[in-house]
Formats: sequence, C-alpha cells, structure tokens
Amino acid sequence: MATELGPTPVKEPASGGTPIHHGPKGVGEDNAIASQGKWASWLLAPTIVALAIVIVYPIISAIVMSFQKDAALDPVTGLFAEGGPAGLSNYTNWIFQQCAAPGGGTVACPPGTLGSQFWSATGTTFYFTIVTVTLETILGFWMAIIMARTFRGRSLVRAAVLVPWAIPTAVTAQLWLFIFAFEGIGNKLFNTTILWTGSEIPARWAVIIADTWKTTPFMALLILAGLQMIPAEVYEAAKVDGASAWQRFRMITLPLVKPALMVAILFRTLDALRMFDLPYILTEGSNNTTTLSILVVNQIRQGFNSAAALSTITFIIIFIVAFIFVRFLGANVVEQQTGAGKGKK
Amino acid sequence: MTAATELRAQQDRGRKVAQNREKWASVRTYVSAAVILFWCLAPAYWMVVTAFRDVGYTYDTSLLPTHVTLDNFATAFDTSFGNRFGQALLNSVFIGVTVTVISLVLGVFAAYALARLNFRFKYLVLGFILGASMFPGVALITPLFQLFTNIGWIGTYQALIIPNISFVLPLTVYTMTSFFREMPWELEEAARVDGCTQGQAFRRVIMPLAAPAIFTTAILAFISSWNEFLIASQLSNDATQPVTVAIANFAGAQPQQIPYTAIMAAGTIVTIPLVILVLVFQRKIVAGLTAGAVK
Amino acid sequence: MKTPKFLLPVATAGVLALTLSACGGGGGGGTTAGADAEQGLDSRGPITYVQGKDNSNVVRPLIEKWNAAHPNETVTFKEQTDQADQQHDDLVQNFQAKNANYDVVSVDVVWTAEFAAKGWLQPLKDKMALDTSAMLKPTVDSASYKGTLYAAPQNSDGGILYYRKDLVPTAPTTWDEMMGMCSVAEQNGIGCFAGQYAKYEGLTVNTSEAINSAGGSVLDADGKPSLNTPEAKEGLENLAAAYADGSIPKEAITFQEEQGRQAFQDGKLLFHRNWPYVYNLAMTEGSSQVKDVLGMTALVGKDGPGASTLGGHSAGMSVYSKNKATALDFLKFLTSEETQKFYATQGSLAPVLGALYDDQELVAKLPYLPVLKTSIENAVPRPVTPYYPAVTKAIQENAYSAIKGEKTVDAALSDMQKSIESASAGQ
Repeated sequence: MATELGPTPVKEPASGGTPIHHGPKGVGEDNAIASQGKWASWLLAPTIVALAIVIVYPIISAIVMSFQKDAALDPVTGLFAEGGPAGLSNYTNWIFQQCAAPGGGTVACPPGTLGSQFWSATGTTFYFTIVTVTLETILGFWMAIIMARTFRGRSLVRAAVLVPWAIPTAVTAQLWLFIFAFEGIGNKLFNTTILWTGSEIPARWAVIIADTWKTTPFMALLILAGLQMIPAEVYEAAKVDGASAWQRFRMITLPLVKPALMVAILFRTLDALRMFDLPYILTEGSNNTTTLSILVVNQIRQGFNSAAALSTITFIIIFIVAFIFVRFLGANVVEQQTGAGKGKK
Repeated sequence: MTAATELRAQQDRGRKVAQNREKWASVRTYVSAAVILFWCLAPAYWMVVTAFRDVGYTYDTSLLPTHVTLDNFATAFDTSFGNRFGQALLNSVFIGVTVTVISLVLGVFAAYALARLNFRFKYLVLGFILGASMFPGVALITPLFQLFTNIGWIGTYQALIIPNISFVLPLTVYTMTSFFREMPWELEEAARVDGCTQGQAFRRVIMPLAAPAIFTTAILAFISSWNEFLIASQLSNDATQPVTVAIANFAGAQPQQIPYTAIMAAGTIVTIPLVILVLVFQRKIVAGLTAGAVK
Repeated sequence: MKTPKFLLPVATAGVLALTLSACGGGGGGGTTAGADAEQGLDSRGPITYVQGKDNSNVVRPLIEKWNAAHPNETVTFKEQTDQADQQHDDLVQNFQAKNANYDVVSVDVVWTAEFAAKGWLQPLKDKMALDTSAMLKPTVDSASYKGTLYAAPQNSDGGILYYRKDLVPTAPTTWDEMMGMCSVAEQNGIGCFAGQYAKYEGLTVNTSEAINSAGGSVLDADGKPSLNTPEAKEGLENLAAAYADGSIPKEAITFQEEQGRQAFQDGKLLFHRNWPYVYNLAMTEGSSQVKDVLGMTALVGKDGPGASTLGGHSAGMSVYSKNKATALDFLKFLTSEETQKFYATQGSLAPVLGALYDDQELVAKLPYLPVLKTSIENAVPRPVTPYYPAVTKAIQENAYSAIKGEKTVDAALSDMQKSIESASAGQ
C-alpha cells in the first residue's frame, strides 16, 4: 500500500552483508521468520499509522489536486470558477517554465512570474544544501570531539552548544535580520558597510551563516552520541600500539561513528532541501535566495493546484537525492544483520 | 646500578614528555571549548542585551548593555492586549513533552523491529518512514487544515501533538535503529539464558546501554517540536498556541512597528528552561556510558 | 506468503483519509457562492470578528461596548498575527474550508477584489446594503469590485512625506523640486530621500506611488496592465535614476518601514516617505533626533501633490456566516461616527468619514490629519484585481531589478506587463 513512493531505496545491503537466510530453510526457520514478522508488524504499526494519517493523506490529497487546473476568472461574472482537469500541464509548466499566454496556449514565463523561477530556485536550494550541510558536518564533528573529552566545564559547553538550536526559529531569524541590518551590530563589529540583504552574495551568505549557527548543534549532538558509544579501551589499545592521533581518528573514530554520522547527514540534507523559515524571514527570497519551499508558499497564494504540483516535483527531487545517498554513500542503517554486529569490535 | 638509574631517568623523561603533551592537549581543548562557547553564545548574547534595552533605543549598537530596563519582559507577559505568552509557554512544554515521550516509545518499538528482527518488506518500511521526511512541510498545511477542520479538531492539543509526532518520527526511528544495530545483543541473549524474558532482558540490559542514544533522541524530538511553527500557526487557537505562534503575534505599539526588544525578551525567556532541561539530561547522557563495561 | 499484518492499519488509515477528504471541501474557488450568499440573511445571533493584531487596543473596548448593548448577539474577537501575509493566508484557509465561525473579517484593501471574485464575501447590496455617502471616495472604491460594495471601509491610510524642517524650511511640491533640494542633503552629509525598496509589499506601494504620481497607472479601467506608457516609464525612471546617482542611498534597497524610520530618526535622511505611524514614534522615542524638526507634507508628484497609495482595512462579511443580520449591524457599528472617532483618538487610525478630518479635537491629537486627508483624497488604490498576489509579485521582482540598475526601466516595465498579462490569462 505504501508503494506510491516508488522503488525502495535499497534492495540489498549495500556493503554486501549476508542476506537473511543462512543455509537451507527448515520448517522451524520459516516459522521463526513468520513469527518475527508478526512481532515486527505490531511494533511498527503505530509508527506507520501515524505517518499515514499525517503525511501520506496530505501527500495523496496534494497529488490529486495537482492534476486539476487552478480556478480561472470568468470574465462575464467576474468570479472565479473551478478549473477543469489539467493532465500533466501543471508539471510541464513548472519544468519548462511555461506560463499561460493571453490568447490561450503557453509562452515562456516572463521575469516577474513565479513560473520563471523554478530552475533558479532549484539551483539555490542545492547550493544552500551543499554548503550548509558541509559546514555543519565539519563544525559539528569538531564540536562533538571537544565535547566528548573530559575537562572541567564540559556540561557548560554542552548546554551552551544547544542554545542556538533551542531558540525558536522565528526569534533566530529576527535576531539575524537585526544583526545583518545595514546599521546593525554585524557591520559595526567588523567595520564594514555590507548590504547584507541587498545583493546576492551577501544575502546568500547571511542565510548560510544564520542556518549554520542554528543547526550545527543538531549535528554535534548526534555525532557526540555516536562518539560516546566507542569504548575507551579501543583508543587505549591503539595508543599502546603507537597509533598517532590522526591514525586513531581515521581508523577508529570515523568508521565507528559512521552510522550516527550518516543518519545526521541524511536527515540534515533532507531538511536543508526543504529550507523555508530562515530565508523567508531574512530576505523573503530576494536576491536569489528563493528556495523551492519559498516558491511553493508564494504559489499557494496564486493557485493551490499548481503549488501542489510543485511540491510533488520537490518531493521527487528530494527522493532522488535520498536514494543516491542511501545507495551509494552507505547510509543504510540496517546493513549487516545482528549476527555480524559481533565482528565489529 | 647505573643501568637502573639510567632506566629510571629515561622513564622520568618519558613521563615528562607525556605530561607536556597532555598539558598541550589540555590547553588546546580549553581553547577550542572557549571558541565553541563564543561561537554559540555571541549572537545569543546580543539577543539578551537587546532584550534588556529600552524599546526607544532598539537600534543602539553598543556592545555593553545600555538603557537597561525590564519593560520588555513585562511586555512579553502582559496579557492586557490578548498576548498569552505565559499560557503559550505552558502549551509548548506540554506539547513538547507529550510528543517526545510518544515518539520515543514508538521509535524504540520500531527501531527494535528494524534492527533486530528479520522480516520481509523491511526496506520498504524503512523507505516509507524516510519518505515521510521528503515532502515539503509547507505544502502539507492546507490539506491538514482541511482534514482537522472537518473532524473539528482545530484548536485542540491533539491537532498539534499528532502532526509533530509524525514529523519527528522518521528521525527518531532512524537514530534509534542505527544505535540499536550497534548494541551488544549477545548480552541480551545471555540474560535470556539466565532466565529473563525477552522484554525483561531488553529493559534491564539493553536500555541502560542505549541511554545516550535515547536521551539524545529525546532532546532532538523535544526541540523539533519546540521549534515547529507552520503547523501550529494554522491548527492552534488562542488557548492552545505554542510559543512560536505567540511570539509571531507580538506587535509593536503602532501598526507596522516591529517589537524587536519584546521578541528578544521572549526569545530569552524561552531559551532558559531549555538550557536547564539540557543540563539535567547531561548527567543521564554521561551516566549510561561505556559499552566497554560489557566486555 | 502471509500478508504482513501491518498493512491492515495502513489500509484502514488510507480509507479513513480518503473518506474524510471526500467529505471536506477541495481547494479553489466556489461556483456555489451564489447559493451561499442567499443563506442566513435574516438570522441573528453571536458572531466572531477576525482581525490582525490589535496594536493599539481599540478593538476590545469597542467589542465590550457592543456586547453590553447586544447581550444576545455577542461578538467574539479572534486575533490573527501581525503579518499581512499570514493574515491573508489564514483567511484563505478558512474561507476555503467554508468555516462558519469567521463572520466578519477585516481585509486589507488589496484583498477585497480577490476575495470577492472567489465568492467569499457577501455583496453589500439590497438587503445587506450599507450607506457609504459620508465616506472618502477612494476608500469606498477600494472596497468595491465590479461596481458592487463587498466590504465596509473601516480605516484608511495614506503615505506621508516627512522632512527636516531645519534643513528645508518650505516643503517641495513636485518631484523635480525635491530632487533639486538634494544638494542640501549632500552639504550635510546625509541621504536625500528614501521610501521602502526591499522586495516586499512595500515596494509595490512605493512603485505604484511613483507611477501614479507621474500620471501613469499600473492597470487601466478594465483591469488590464497599462505599463508601456511614457508616464509609467517616467515614474519608475525617477526611482531608478535617484538610486543610481545616490540621491536614494544604497542601503535603502534593504529598507522596510522600520529601517527607513530608523534612518530618518537618526537624522540620516532629508526626506522620507512612510506611513503616519512614524509621527508618534519620532516624537516620543528616546533615541529620536528629529523631535523638534519634524515636518510633514503630502507626497510629491509631477506637477503637484502626488498620488499616495491607499492603505487601510475594510470589514467584510463572510458568505458562510450564519448570522448575517447581526453581522450587518456590526458593520454599521464599525463605520459609525462614534467608532470612527474612537479609532482616531485611541488608535491613531485614520477614519474613513470625511467630516472627521476637520474635527478640531481630532486634529489637536493627530496633527497630521490635514496632510493625511489630502493624501487620501488624491490616493490611488494599488491595482484592483482578483489576481493581486501575482500582480504584486510581478511588480516587486521587476521594480527591484530596475531600481538596482540590473535591468533597464523599459525592460522592467515590459516584463511587468507580460507577467501581469500571463497571470490574468488564468494558469
């Protein structure tokens, strides 16, 4: 039933871990698997139901609407009347940046319409995602390493690290708008006169800085939890063997923290691809900071069915990115079944 | 004799070198910690300074507090104009705690199934759960609003709690699954051999080891719910609105005036309980440590 | 192969969801609006009044007064956020869901045409007629669509040109005069003129003011775009040229109302276009440096007073309301002289009744009332069109590029024209 999402992200364990069955199947094993399946379905049912109602239903509803035309004005009555079925036209209009022409048919969208912004919004979204996720991963990792060490005041650092993320996004956005104002503290501290929200490069970096500040704690926290699962003896054994700090990092830390790191990066990427709040409040999407979500919100005001089509396109884009991630970058959280877990140490 | 003295001297030198290296490492750690503190707290400092600044001097850029006043905090809590900031704080805490607890429970169940059990369609389920994080949240609002209007749940707590749970679940499930996969399950089996049921073995042996993961996930879930604005703005009413909506409702004394100082005051108020919460959880994170104890 | 049991709850959820969606309304406009407009015309009972943030605490006392006099037809106040966009989206959501709990709603003047065309507002004619003879004409025009009144003008707003009395003793009356006075600004090392030029609704306001003040218009009488005229070009060219030569300081491209106000209060601008609210704050805030030298005049145009954009709100009645007779009485209450006076004295909100602008008591409290009256009488509404969201987007995108010099004015106006034509062609 949940197959509207297309092919599953991974069909086999990416790293070639052994599949589920070992050796010939006996009746006992069949029963064991069946009973595990039953167990699993009960354990998973609440999660799936919650997601089905809140997420699947609106998605289906939006997809259905995306095949309808938006309401058009009837020139005689001056009232809007329901548009009819649209086929795929909503989708093609977005992808090929086509807009309605006054005499019927379509024409390339002139600058100033939302339809002309699809590809630039896509580019902007990817730009933001790649830059912020990279920065946040590096910074977050560094913070996590420091927080994992023992020193006085460690709790203080851990609590402080969460402050940027704990402040509600609305306040954070206003705060950075304030800091980045022409007469604000940002320019004053560094003695600059940058028009932060006034031109493309400063505006993009304003969004990136604000987002990095706000979300690095998320990465740091997840990576820290991963780091803390690594037992201390492993490091000590390596030290005794004469491994340098860099070698210890590469051979012990990185591989052992990889599961947590991958989950963090994957989810952070998915969130970044849907970025909305910060650029909307900081720049309202001006100066090439319009992300796909901002485009959706703007389109909702002008015609909901077309916005539904855009959301679905965004969904497909994100799905492709996640697929690439899981398939090729090893973010598969259940590769290597429980038995192989022993061999890790 | 000389050989022994020489050996001792060598050991002393070795110790000193090691101590020096440790001291440098320690200094580097403290410096790094200071940099982290600065990076995280500097903008927050500006928020606090502005919160204490008289509204007539909102745009003053002096680094140290000037025109200090408590008025902004009073304005934030003032209920005479229909601001319900105090109520909103309680709402946020209630919603946050409920969402965290439920999504943790559901997440642990699901993660156990995904990490531990073998069944068909496992990857389908994983894909489905991940897929729920892929649809732009902004487009979910209108259908959700219509759904909840039809069943008459606008303005109720469940209308805020259930969507938040669904938004947080994918992360919860994936995080817990990736940690459960790393658990030493042979311990659980050993406990069962010793006579525990599967449930008991899980509770007594695995859960304490999973504590860092659980508390980390709890913090993630709580703060996600705390930060949520879009859904809350549509589905809540005056009595049930969380702080994010309440702050968005702040307004200046004049139309078109943006009450920066009051917003900063609200932000300051909102951050404090979270910091306290995290400090409390800190100890739990540290307490469940060292999987090495297993060996 | 056993059917995985968890499919069952999922299937149930799916069926439940689809059933619910069938019961609910879809998106888009309503062709049954006519039927809804006939319902409940005579019913009386409690109603809800929806408005954005009540900054100056005028609404609650008014509602208390009404409730005391009408114990069986009480009004409940539902307050939205302070942001115009969010107010708009909230109203759209509730109208689409045909919510009967939104009886009387306060609509920004630019939304009236859109909501009327979607069939959400009750036409105020025949049984639901409202007397508008005492109101300023531009306010009535902005509340009408295709000749029918759809909302009751509630309060109004117009742009005001603030200036420094100490540096410029007599106010300019035309754009060229004002630009000529920029040498004074240069001598004092401050910026000459600024309005709101960040890419948001305020830019549409300033752009249409510039175009209208030069004699052009964004839309013609039939609602079709008319931007390829020399007058429109002159209007936008004024702004672009002033930005290019520095008369409008570079940072003005980031200005919304608050940033501009701050710059003026800090003494960094000679002339500033903004709304009346600046008066109170500039005179009372501790950090204001222009307290004793604040001058106000009407906006400047080509050969005389310019055409300010009309701001303000009207109160509309939802077609889905169940108690329309009560709602109509409430609308009459909101537009009564007593209430309008209260809006002015308590809330500094400009009234819509023309006579009040000459009332001595009010002028004593709000010295800018005479200037504001001129401003409103000469005001031109922003484009009245049911496609307003698309039109304002088209204007914002292109005016922003034109002012920054990224596009020529001709190209910008041509693109604006094409975008608006495309929007009106129906998506």
